[in-house]
Amino acid sequence: MQRKTQTEEQEIVLSVRDIHVSFGAHHVLKGLNLDVYRGEILGFVGGSGSGKSVLMRTILDLAKKQGGRIQILGQDYDAAGEQERIGLDRRMGVLFQHGALFSSLTVKENIQVPMREYLNLSSNLMDELAKVKIELVGLPAFAGDKYPSELSGGMIKRAALARALSLDPELVFLDEPTSGLDPIGAADFDDLIASLRDTLGLTVMMVTHDLDSLHAVCDRIAVLRDGVVHTTGTMQDMLKETDPWIVSYFQGKRARAALDHKAMSLKTRSQSNKASLQ
Amino acid sequence: MRDTTSLSVEKSTSVWKIEALGDWTLKGIDKVDRQMREIENSDFPSIVFDTSNVSSFDTGGAWLVERLRTNAETRGLSFQHQDQDQNRIELTKVVRLSDGSDSEQSTSSFRSDKNPLSLLGKAVTSVWRDFLTGCFLIGSSLKGSKSNSRHGRARRFTSLINQVDHMGLRAVPVIALMSFLIGAIIAQQGAYQLKFYGEELLTVFLVGILHFREIGVLLTSVMVAGRTGSAITAEIGTMKMREEIDALDVIGLNPIGVLIFPRLLALIIVLPMLTLVSDLAGIAGAIVVSDIYIGISPAQFLEALNTGVGIQHLFVGLVKAPFMAVLIGLIAAIEGLKVGGSAESLGQRTTSAVVKSIFAVILVDGLFSIFFSAIGI
Repeated sequence: MQRKTQTEEQEIVLSVRDIHVSFGAHHVLKGLNLDVYRGEILGFVGGSGSGKSVLMRTILDLAKKQGGRIQILGQDYDAAGEQERIGLDRRMGVLFQHGALFSSLTVKENIQVPMREYLNLSSNLMDELAKVKIELVGLPAFAGDKYPSELSGGMIKRAALARALSLDPELVFLDEPTSGLDPIGAADFDDLIASLRDTLGLTVMMVTHDLDSLHAVCDRIAVLRDGVVHTTGTMQDMLKETDPWIVSYFQGKRARAALDHKAMSLKTRSQSNKASLQ
Repeated sequence: MRDTTSLSVEKSTSVWKIEALGDWTLKGIDKVDRQMREIENSDFPSIVFDTSNVSSFDTGGAWLVERLRTNAETRGLSFQHQDQDQNRIELTKVVRLSDGSDSEQSTSSFRSDKNPLSLLGKAVTSVWRDFLTGCFLIGSSLKGSKSNSRHGRARRFTSLINQVDHMGLRAVPVIALMSFLIGAIIAQQGAYQLKFYGEELLTVFLVGILHFREIGVLLTSVMVAGRTGSAITAEIGTMKMREEIDALDVIGLNPIGVLIFPRLLALIIVLPMLTLVSDLAGIAGAIVVSDIYIGISPAQFLEALNTGVGIQHLFVGLVKAPFMAVLIGLIAAIEGLKVGGSAESLGQRTTSAVVKSIFAVILVDGLFSIFFSAIGI
């Protein structure tokens, strides 16, 4: 599945330069640099508490940074005026770790929230588009009228992805998209992300601990250690690394199990896809 | 990117050639949506749809093309999508809805029942269900309040003291202030009206009896219902939303014993005390006003209060307080346990807890009045 790893032109969609973030005396990010190229799926890994989510929140301007520069889709978010920021927000989608669906709205209404805010569409058209998005993420049509509290964990993730995609963003951030899903559901979700990347031309930055999804969909992997991006590269590069932490992360007991099963799961995946859409 | 969304139609008898132009994205498609629907509703022979010259294209534009295609194919007419960019053709396939998902089955969820009789029936059954839940909660609190170990009992005592502090001590300033003002206002009005009869001294009896018997306990209950009842509902409701109540259950703790019983007990302890505070503050307000307004000195006031207003009036008020406490606590707990999955339902339940408990407090106060006059106190 690791195709078109880096296209010829290598347009940089997100560039993070020399980011410093600290909470009190606790220095989390210490001059971090990162580039994300158009059309790739970047997996972002690191130990718990190493600052993966902090980086994502900093990029999204939800957390304050002490220094550094972030360029999103060619624009500097800090220097951008209000109109430009709104324009940028439209072009990004975020899937929060726990979905963060609005609990008092149905799935359909959740998907329509960004549409109502940014677009001038008739309610007929919005209903149809919401239906399209619901189907796009593999939810059954009846899910549109359900409230988030009536959905299972996997359906919440899919519904949240549908909301993240509601404006056809170019850049999508996924915070642990497969955590809390069963292996089959997680594999489905990986396939979904890969196919949406191909069809909608998304660029995806994904924070994940799921070795299977790192194997299956990530074109490139960035390892966060000690507040900086320690290494970036493909899965093959990671397996060649000699750094002890990376070795134990990618070649530990669980990792080897994932590797062993990879060949098998790739075979069974296409069948399980159809069977486990619910 | 900025060019406007449009489409041009070239009609001939055998085929309609439609060309999409400009920005066919979510942002622009509203401009052509009506036009596209008109085409769908008209009698077209067959369609060649050309999106080669659009400046941009996303799922929004793809959906309009796809909708027209579905429409044409259900009528058995031919539809041809032309574009050199294969990705755009692919995109229209991505947004294709599977069969059957288009049919609206969801309308059954909109069951608006406007029949007054059925609304009345629903209200009655819901009151009855609340009553049963209340009985269940009282029973479970009494039975399930005992802890699994002696160690736990000590901790529960701490929790009780904490509740008493929150519900009682911190409510003293606001209740004292309100009661002081109400006492002063009653004294002022009483003195002003009774002046015409030359019976200013009756003001003392008026304020004393009214405040001890009714105002003190009523005012305190309403304040506590608003202040503490809402807090209990919000606490229990949030815990229910986050499955904390289920967690307690699984650990082997009785959620009612752990959460509701201490709060009920704390309310029962606190409400009579606050009522007493309210009584004292109300009398203090009356003393100040009487001194200034009708020239009854504090000493005279207390003398008259002592001789004219029997101690039983104070007890009539105080005896009602624990009942009010149970009512407020139970209603708050019942509403808290009814909270569903959404933030909205938490707000609704909190509101309804306050409204219901204030209503119940006033209703029960009325029943007590009838009862006390019947037995001649």
